[in-house]
Amino acid sequence: MIGPRGIEPLAAGTDEDAGCHILHIDMDAFFASVEQLEHPEARGRPVIVGGTGPRGVVASADYIARTYGVHSAMPMVRALRLCPDAIVFPPDGASYRRASEAIMDVFRSFTPAVEQVSLDEAFLDVSGARRLWGGPVRIAEAIRERVRREQRLTCSVGIAPTKFVAKLASTRCKPDGLLLVPTTRVTDFLHPLPVGALWGVGDKTEQALVRLGLRTVGDVARAEPDMLRHEFGQALGGRLVALSQGQDDRPVVSHTPDKSIGSEETFSSDVDDPEVIRRELLRLSEKVARRLRASGHVGRTVVVKLRRADFTTITRSRTLGEATDVAREVNAAARELYAAAGLERERLRLVGVRVEGLTAAAETPRQLAFGEQENGWREAEQAMDRVAQRFGPDAILPAALAKSDENDV
Amino acid sequence: MRFRVDRDAFTDAVAWTARALPARPAMPVLAGMRLELPGGGAALRLSSFDYEVSARAEVAVDTEETGAVLVSGRLLAEIARNLPAEPVNVESDGAHVVVTCGSARFTLLTLPLEDYPTLPDMPQTTGSLAAGTFTTAVRQVSPAASRDDTLPMLTGVNITFSGDTLTLAATDRYRIAVRELWWRPEYPDLSASALVPARTLHDTARSLAPGSNVDIALSTASGGDGAILSQGEGMIGFENGGRRTTTRLIDSDFVKYETRFPADFAARAEVATAPLIEAVKRVALVADRSTPLRLSFVESEVVLEAGSGDDAQAAEALGVNFQGEPMRIAFTPEYFLDGLGAVQSELAHLNFTTPTKPAVINDAPAEEGARPEFRYLVMPLRAS
Repeated sequence: MIGPRGIEPLAAGTDEDAGCHILHIDMDAFFASVEQLEHPEARGRPVIVGGTGPRGVVASADYIARTYGVHSAMPMVRALRLCPDAIVFPPDGASYRRASEAIMDVFRSFTPAVEQVSLDEAFLDVSGARRLWGGPVRIAEAIRERVRREQRLTCSVGIAPTKFVAKLASTRCKPDGLLLVPTTRVTDFLHPLPVGALWGVGDKTEQALVRLGLRTVGDVARAEPDMLRHEFGQALGGRLVALSQGQDDRPVVSHTPDKSIGSEETFSSDVDDPEVIRRELLRLSEKVARRLRASGHVGRTVVVKLRRADFTTITRSRTLGEATDVAREVNAAARELYAAAGLERERLRLVGVRVEGLTAAAETPRQLAFGEQENGWREAEQAMDRVAQRFGPDAILPAALAKSDENDV
Repeated sequence: MRFRVDRDAFTDAVAWTARALPARPAMPVLAGMRLELPGGGAALRLSSFDYEVSARAEVAVDTEETGAVLVSGRLLAEIARNLPAEPVNVESDGAHVVVTCGSARFTLLTLPLEDYPTLPDMPQTTGSLAAGTFTTAVRQVSPAASRDDTLPMLTGVNITFSGDTLTLAATDRYRIAVRELWWRPEYPDLSASALVPARTLHDTARSLAPGSNVDIALSTASGGDGAILSQGEGMIGFENGGRRTTTRLIDSDFVKYETRFPADFAARAEVATAPLIEAVKRVALVADRSTPLRLSFVESEVVLEAGSGDDAQAAEALGVNFQGEPMRIAFTPEYFLDGLGAVQSELAHLNFTTPTKPAVINDAPAEEGARPEFRYLVMPLRAS
């Protein structure tokens, strides 16, 4: 955390995080790390992701490559001159998106208020999650732990009262770090930073500020607000004043409509029993379908993700004839996909179920089938939702998921 | 083996036989087409088999030397299709078959004939009918069969044999197509049923020679004396102009569909079939597979609509003879068209219950009050 003497270790059970309900989470060398997961031979070696053509540019470099001076947006030719041993991967958007979705799902399991900024970056507002998970620092630690354990990726988390300070904090603690900027230390943290650190200050504004003799954020904070408004106009001038004092009232907005809803489970130890896998698929299908119904969506494509013990991952998908939000239908497709994947004897470390191609349930016409009962599975599952709402998610489960009790006969 | 054959007859027989070749053979020899020349004036016999479906054709040839050989069916079909218009000579020579036609010459490797399975025998003929009638009936019902293999029972066309009536039915749970027709059974009080894979049946019916008869042979049919003429496992055969197809039946009971047809209707429309099909096709241009085709019927008019909101939209009105309360109902365009397109009569009858209950499309019976030959139940699309 930022303490009286700069960066200090965080004391256990701290309450310094009171009021710091914004988390900015940034994945470390995201593309390069995903490539290392999928290509075990690249682990422990410098990895660069980017265009391999003559004008290729570095999109991401891992931290080993960065020690050679490689950074993103650098021409690939130059990067390879600096770091000739690097393994270069062409960008694989589909697999980064998949990894990104899995990570965002982890975030969303803590709070619905997740504002995804890019594939590897998000703001979280955890003010509503305190009762369930504890304070912001505990939540940040739990998220980092789950991302590490389940996705084998590291991230850096900045915790602050505002978005822009949280983002600065996460940048400051990279890689694989966590930095809390307590409310009382925001100005201490900000003021030594160069003006370029302020949100919305690009090259031009920075030069203009420097011309005025304002080099640090502290200089801007101490400058005359009217002078700033005069020089930079009402909007930018006003914002400079507010930001330099650590004020930023932009809320975290979880705007993007869900394009897919998924859930995955990392086993505490690898599983090779197909029966256990199938039970887990059922549990995840139930969970995903419940979330579909809660958000008023139906989806047509069911995707199953299976990760072997060696972390190689396969995904299989199937598009249904009809969009669904019924766990029974999601599970049927998931089971088939699992059976067809031919991994029934393999040791698996993670399984996931995802439904894609979402549309609003209320606007999706439904082809009726004859012989359908008026009150079918959908209605049964809606009834389960109501029970779960009142008595908790485990109050009502498919029999296959019930924990067997020693009193069972 | 050595023979000389007319180019077109040969090409046609090879192409017909190649239909039953498996796309992904379970065993390499199943990719083969067997050519057999028994001699003694008999025709060349071509066969293919994948343990489900067998096909056997015959073509008249000038026999020079009898024999049998197995060659790659796909390759032979491809070659035959592209031969110049000259008589074809085929000659086998140990491990090779040489096909010459005009100045073109092909050498094919043979496959081990001894590994090739024996084709099932054709069951005893159960009855026959005009090929054209049968083809039409199969075309009418087979679109309603499911293409989803997870429920094998729904991927078949069910044929019920009851005396001189054949009933073909198929359903994918969203619609049921039923066609009744007359035929000539071998036994007057025949009673049997067979669930035939729809794809094979459709394929077979499509390549029947029109203007001829097709014999149908069922392995398990009970004859007039009540004895069950069981000939091994469930199989059905079709023979037409010297060409035979057999296929294994789907081993399952078919759904009891008759009770699904509503007994009473709240409204009924009588409409000219062809103009309605054309209008539906036009309006459906803006609809994709799962967007509704909306129909609203009032006294003398139906308005067809598709598309809404931000999407492209289409509408068209058509005169109808409508009886009953005004009706607004929506369908998956494809499902509605499959039924309407199968109506053979100039006028089609559309019968409605409620917008969320089955509707029935049928042809106008030849005489008032008679049962229509073709009936198509279709479930609506519930627009939310």
